[in-house]
Amino acid sequence: MKTALSFVAGLALTTTAALAADKPVLQVYAPDYFASEWGPGPSIEAGFEAQCGCDLEFVTGDVMPRLMLEGERTEADVVIGLNTDVTARARASGLFAPHGLDVSGLTLPVDWTDDTFVPFDYSYTAFIYDNTKITDAPTSFDALLAMPDDTKIVIQDPRSSISGLALLLWVKSIYGDKADEAWAKLYPKILTVTKGWSEAYGMFTDGEADMVLSYVTSPAYHIIAEEDLTKSAAIFDEGHYLYVDLVGKIANTDQPELADAFMAYVLSEEFQSGIATSNWSFPSKLAAEKLPEGFANLPVPAKALVFSEEEAEAIRKPALDEWLAAASK
Amino acid sequence: MARRRVQINRTILGAVALGVVVCLTLGTLIAVAMRAEGAGRLGPADWAAIRFTLWQAAASATLSILLAIPVARALARRSFPGRSVLITLLGAPFILPVIVAILGLIAVFGRTGLISQALGVFGIEPISVYGYHGVILAHVFFNLPLATRLILQGWLAIPSERFRLAASLGMGPSDIARTLERPMLREVVPGAFLVIFLICLTSFAVALALGGGPKATTVELAIYEAFRFDFDLGRAALLALVQFTLGATAALLALRVAIPGDMGTGLDRAVTRWDDTRLLRVQDVTAILLASLFLILPLTMVVLDGLPRLLTLPAEVFSAAARSVMVALLSAAVTLMLSLPIAAFAVRSTSRLVEGIGYLTIAASPLVIGTGLFIIVFPFVKPSDLALPITAVVNAAMSLPFTLRALVPALTAIERDYGKLADGLGMTGMARLRHLWLPRLRRPMGFALGLAAALSMGDLGVIAMFADGSNATLPLQLYRLMTAYRMEDAAAAALLLLALSLALFWVFDKGGRVDADR
Repeated sequence: MKTALSFVAGLALTTTAALAADKPVLQVYAPDYFASEWGPGPSIEAGFEAQCGCDLEFVTGDVMPRLMLEGERTEADVVIGLNTDVTARARASGLFAPHGLDVSGLTLPVDWTDDTFVPFDYSYTAFIYDNTKITDAPTSFDALLAMPDDTKIVIQDPRSSISGLALLLWVKSIYGDKADEAWAKLYPKILTVTKGWSEAYGMFTDGEADMVLSYVTSPAYHIIAEEDLTKSAAIFDEGHYLYVDLVGKIANTDQPELADAFMAYVLSEEFQSGIATSNWSFPSKLAAEKLPEGFANLPVPAKALVFSEEEAEAIRKPALDEWLAAASK
Repeated sequence: MARRRVQINRTILGAVALGVVVCLTLGTLIAVAMRAEGAGRLGPADWAAIRFTLWQAAASATLSILLAIPVARALARRSFPGRSVLITLLGAPFILPVIVAILGLIAVFGRTGLISQALGVFGIEPISVYGYHGVILAHVFFNLPLATRLILQGWLAIPSERFRLAASLGMGPSDIARTLERPMLREVVPGAFLVIFLICLTSFAVALALGGGPKATTVELAIYEAFRFDFDLGRAALLALVQFTLGATAALLALRVAIPGDMGTGLDRAVTRWDDTRLLRVQDVTAILLASLFLILPLTMVVLDGLPRLLTLPAEVFSAAARSVMVALLSAAVTLMLSLPIAAFAVRSTSRLVEGIGYLTIAASPLVIGTGLFIIVFPFVKPSDLALPITAVVNAAMSLPFTLRALVPALTAIERDYGKLADGLGMTGMARLRHLWLPRLRRPMGFALGLAAALSMGDLGVIAMFADGSNATLPLQLYRLMTAYRMEDAAAAALLLLALSLALFWVFDKGGRVDADR
């Protein structure tokens, strides 16, 4: 019993020991994938710590629910990894402060005027396929809907996955009031719906599904990290739903200068040139010629579709009901 | 006087352990509900989810039990080389992380899986695993091993003297089934059914991925949605309460149906059966072969998938594995501290409520437990400091239903058979524990601890809520690898996880069976 207790204490202490240094600590809340050894976190941490004289600490988890639970008492100084579809709630929480940065030189496909959240990278939702198996890939959403029903697609559930939610909004932005008809045509091709992106993508790379809902930038991973050129994103004429990753500053941070410095660092060229190959998406402020090779040649949608955060929040429930109804037929 | 002291000790310890369980389940639920702004309401989609949840859990549990009975009977009746290895291996699916099991199942039953490919050779259309039958298939895959083990325990608990007597009375297989085996099943099956029903009740990722879409929505997914997208804690708490009530009702019903049998006492000799016929042998061999194929093929696919990258896995995966083993051992220790007092209390108490409360942890929503604990500890400590101990305790609580299922019947039998003798000898407290209980509980306890350790190893559980960048467990690391597109490394990590879980289970289970099982 005693040994068990000291074991518990030991477990608890090992994590606190790291905080013992005298440097000021900047706490950055991030989604779990972000701060893992294989995500963008470690290089961001190293890069920022080299110039701030501080200790950057990532706190990972389901960021928004966690912030809501903590409320005003949150220890967070900065939150990274939010996206445009949940910012309405984030803004309404009143926890965030204006960023005060100049965001005029961004390379996003849309104008950015938000004074609270700063984009650090972006991508578009897209269906990924194996170009050795599908040679006549659809070039429009209509063409996708017209594909034979034995083309099997895996998507994510919009109730548990942010990319699944993006698909819901994508369909809505193309088909509007006729979205239910689109779903009725798409549904026979849906092999299954997974809880998260990982299961779906795993089913695709295992060859179980012909197409998977992911991002236009997904092929870049296979090209750069695996030298595998067989994965492509189907580019649709109607446009693709834009997915923007954001960073925001917490209003009652106890490290306001550090937080501001970090927000500025996010738009620096050092951060921006690293994010493409660590988060597998387009940097938000980097000239096209500076993109890594695998990215520069990626086919890019001609049109970005996006809802404002109020629209996204208002559409979500009815669109979800529509999707559920289509799926239950 | 002596007897009363035993009773008081047991009551106090048992009540404390039960208190911990109630705090973890209902306490966290209350914490979440109190933090909510306004009460939640259930919509039509929630009712559909409740119906589907109940239906699939009942179907999965029924099928698992029906299939497990012949397999357990075959394993109880036959001895052959490699039997104990097979029994351990058959336990593996149960301790697999969900995501690994799904990919393993798809590799066998999927569109491009082994079976579809084999059918393709003969020009037959590939089978489809997606739909309600897929959900049931996956749940049977997960739970057939558990059902088999629980029922096998029942079979092995029939003293060999009963079979000798039956043989000397000239009883055939059907007489033995009527007089010995059916009464045993009547005692064991309701509890086993309940445990599996409860596991399937909270299933979420499996039901979704193999259910083929939102028709296969369970209550747990509705809780997740309420929490994740709506941040509607009131609705999350209400749904969790619904799930809880379903579990509690099922527990009460099942415990009412179970009729404690009375096989009397034996001398713990190995069972020899004289009622063998060729037909029985064919039956048993078929049952064992089919079950082995069904359970081991997907596992083999997981192994084959993971082998290529196993040795080149990043160091962070191995350090996470070490962390997971620590958590699993701690979790096993906590399991013992919780389950033995509860089992002792349950045996002495006339009310089945005690045992019933012990089962409830599995009906509680892991997400709500995690959130509730977070709300409770956040004002006092940094949540990530407690990530690993909290994970261990919650995992221990989650494995209580299985450990109780193994311990309570065994302890009941011990007390029924030897309790009066021990009372007469004035054997109480530690003496009774050391000389009467522990030696006779070794087999179920080894099984229970192995299960607790292995389950804890594979569970993503609450760690995701509490972890920071540095204290990830192996399952969490596996998810991170997948999110970073590293599917092959993830497959290797899955193999490592499978191997470690099995090893932990095997060590404990073997420890409990050193002399009893050849």
